[in-house]
Amino acid sequence: MHEEIIHTNNTSKEKQNYTMLELGSTPAYGWPAFKQVVKRSLSRELFVGLWLTIKEMGKTLFLGGKHTTQYPFEKLPISPRYRAIHNMLRLLESGHYRCIGCGLCEKICISNCIAMETRYDENQRKEVSEYTINFGRCIYCGYCAEVCPELAIVHGGRYETASEQRASFSLFDDMLTPIDVLKQQQEFAGFGSVSPNADAAIKKTPLAY
Amino acid sequence: MDALVIGTIIKVVLVLLVVSALAGFGTYIERKVLAFMQRRLGPAHVGPFGLLQIAADGIKLFTKEDIIPQNANKFIFSLAPVITAATAFIALSAVPLFPTFIIPESLPLIGGAIVPSVIADVNIGILFVLGMMAAGLYGPLLAGMAQANKWGILGSARTAIQFLSYEVVTGLSVLAPIMLVGSLSLIDFNNAQIGGVGSWIIWQQPIAFVLFLIAGFAETNRTPFDLLEHEAEIISGYVTEYSGLRWGMFFIGEYSNMFTISILAAVIFCGGYGDIGFIPGWLALLLKVVFFFFLMLWVRASWPHIRPDQLMWLCWKVLMPLAVINIVITGIVVMI
Ligand code: SF4
Ligand code: SF4
Repeated sequence: MHEEIIHTNNTSKEKQNYTMLELGSTPAYGWPAFKQVVKRSLSRELFVGLWLTIKEMGKTLFLGGKHTTQYPFEKLPISPRYRAIHNMLRLLESGHYRCIGCGLCEKICISNCIAMETRYDENQRKEVSEYTINFGRCIYCGYCAEVCPELAIVHGGRYETASEQRASFSLFDDMLTPIDVLKQQQEFAGFGSVSPNADAAIKKTPLAY
Repeated sequence: MDALVIGTIIKVVLVLLVVSALAGFGTYIERKVLAFMQRRLGPAHVGPFGLLQIAADGIKLFTKEDIIPQNANKFIFSLAPVITAATAFIALSAVPLFPTFIIPESLPLIGGAIVPSVIADVNIGILFVLGMMAAGLYGPLLAGMAQANKWGILGSARTAIQFLSYEVVTGLSVLAPIMLVGSLSLIDFNNAQIGGVGSWIIWQQPIAFVLFLIAGFAETNRTPFDLLEHEAEIISGYVTEYSGLRWGMFFIGEYSNMFTISILAAVIFCGGYGDIGFIPGWLALLLKVVFFFFLMLWVRASWPHIRPDQLMWLCWKVLMPLAVINIVITGIVVMI
C-alpha cells in the first residue's frame, strides 16, 4: 500500500513517498494467535526468507556482489569538502609557498593550536620561519582554511591520523606540497575555497554612498 | 589384544581428532557462509581464503588469561565447560560415522584391526545419544549459576526453559521412526534403509522429521532458538564470564553437538551411510551431514529468533500434540 504523506512542517513542502506495511493487529493469546502462527509458518514467508539469503549468497559468490571495502587496501572516496589534515599549498608559478605570514589563521584558530613565527628575510620580505599545527588540539573546524586570504592553508584528505608521535604531521614542511610533485598540486575545491559561481555572485560595489 | 579392541581405540582417536578439527572448521564455514549471505567476505586474510583463521583463533583462545570471577563457585565454574565438551564427545560414541572397515594387514602394529562403524554399538543407541546431549545442557545450566553474574543466571534460567520444552518433542518425534524400525540401535536404523533413496524413513515420517529438526535446532541452541546466549538481550547468557580455553570448550561442545544432530538426522531419517547409486556410503553420509550443517547456518542467516515464552508455547502447545498425533497414526498403521 503506497500512501503519500505531506509533512506540513517540512519547509521544502515536498511530497514524500512512504511505503506503509500492512502488519495487521497482533492477536492476544489463544485461538487467533494460534491461527496467526499457523498462517505464518505454513505460508511461504519462511521459505521466502531462506530463498533470499541463498540468492544473496549466490550473487556474492558468483556475480561479484560483495559490498566489503577491504579498508587498508581499498578506500572509499571522500568528499572534497572533507576536513582532514591540512595541506600548505605552493604557488604554481614560482614554487614558493603561498603563505604570506599574515597570521590570520593563528588568530582565528579557536583551539589555539597554530603556532607561527615570521621574520624579514634578506630581501626584506616576510618569511615564515616556524609554522606548526598541534593536531592533538585541532578540532578540524576549518576556520583557518576559510580565513586564509591566499588559499595557502587548506584541508587535505589525509584522515588517518594515527601515528607514533604527535609531531608526525604537524610541521610546515610536512604539510607543504613537495616541490617535485608541484605539477600535481590541485586547486582546492573544498572548505574556504572560492565557489564555482563566485564570479556570478559578485555584485558591483556602489562607489558612492 | 584382539582386532576389534584395537580398531575401536583407533576409531576413538579418529573421532576425537576429526570432530574437534571439524568443530574448528565449522566455525570457519559458519563465518564464511554467513558472510556470503550478508554480502560480506568473511575471514579472508589469514592463510589461503582465510583458512588459517581457525589456527589463529585457536592460538588466541589457548593463550588467553584464564579468569575466574571473584565470587564465582570455582569448582563448578571450571567443571561446567568440561561437561559440555565431554558429553558432546561421549554422545558421538554411539553414533555410526563410517561403514565398518578393516585396516590392511600390511600396516605394522595396527594391521588387521577392524574399525567398527560405531564406537559402542549399544542397543539403545538413540536413547544414549539423546540422553548424553541432554546431559550436556548441565554445562550451560551450572555455568550460568556458578559465575555470580545476573546475565549468567538469566542464561541458566533460559537453559532450563529450553531443556524442558524441546526434550519432549525430541523424544516423541523419534518415537515414531523407532516404532517403524522396531529397534533403538542406530545401526538397525541404518540397515533398515539400505534399499536406496526410496526406503528412507523421511518419506514415511515427514512430520517426525520436521519435528526432529526443530527440536535439534533447539537442542544445539541454534537460531531461531538461540535463547541461551543471545547477545542483544542477555549479553552472552551463560558464557558471559567465560574466556579463553573454557569458552573454547563450550564452543567445541556446541559445534560437535551440531554435527551429532546432523548425523542423527541423516542416520534416522535419510538413509545413514547406505550407498546411493554410485556414491559410496561414507561420502553419502558426509554429504547429508554437510547439508544439515549448512541448513543450520542458512536458517541462522535467514530467520529471526523467538522469545523464550514463544519457544515454550511452540513446543508444548503445537509441536508436542503434533508429535503425539503422529505417533498414534503411526501406531495404527503399524498395527494394521
Ligand atoms: S581547523 Fe580549526 S582548530 Fe584546526 S588549526 Fe584550523 S582553525 Fe585551528
Ligand atoms: S592565513 Fe594563510 S597566509 Fe595567513 S598566515 Fe595563515 S596560512 Fe599564511
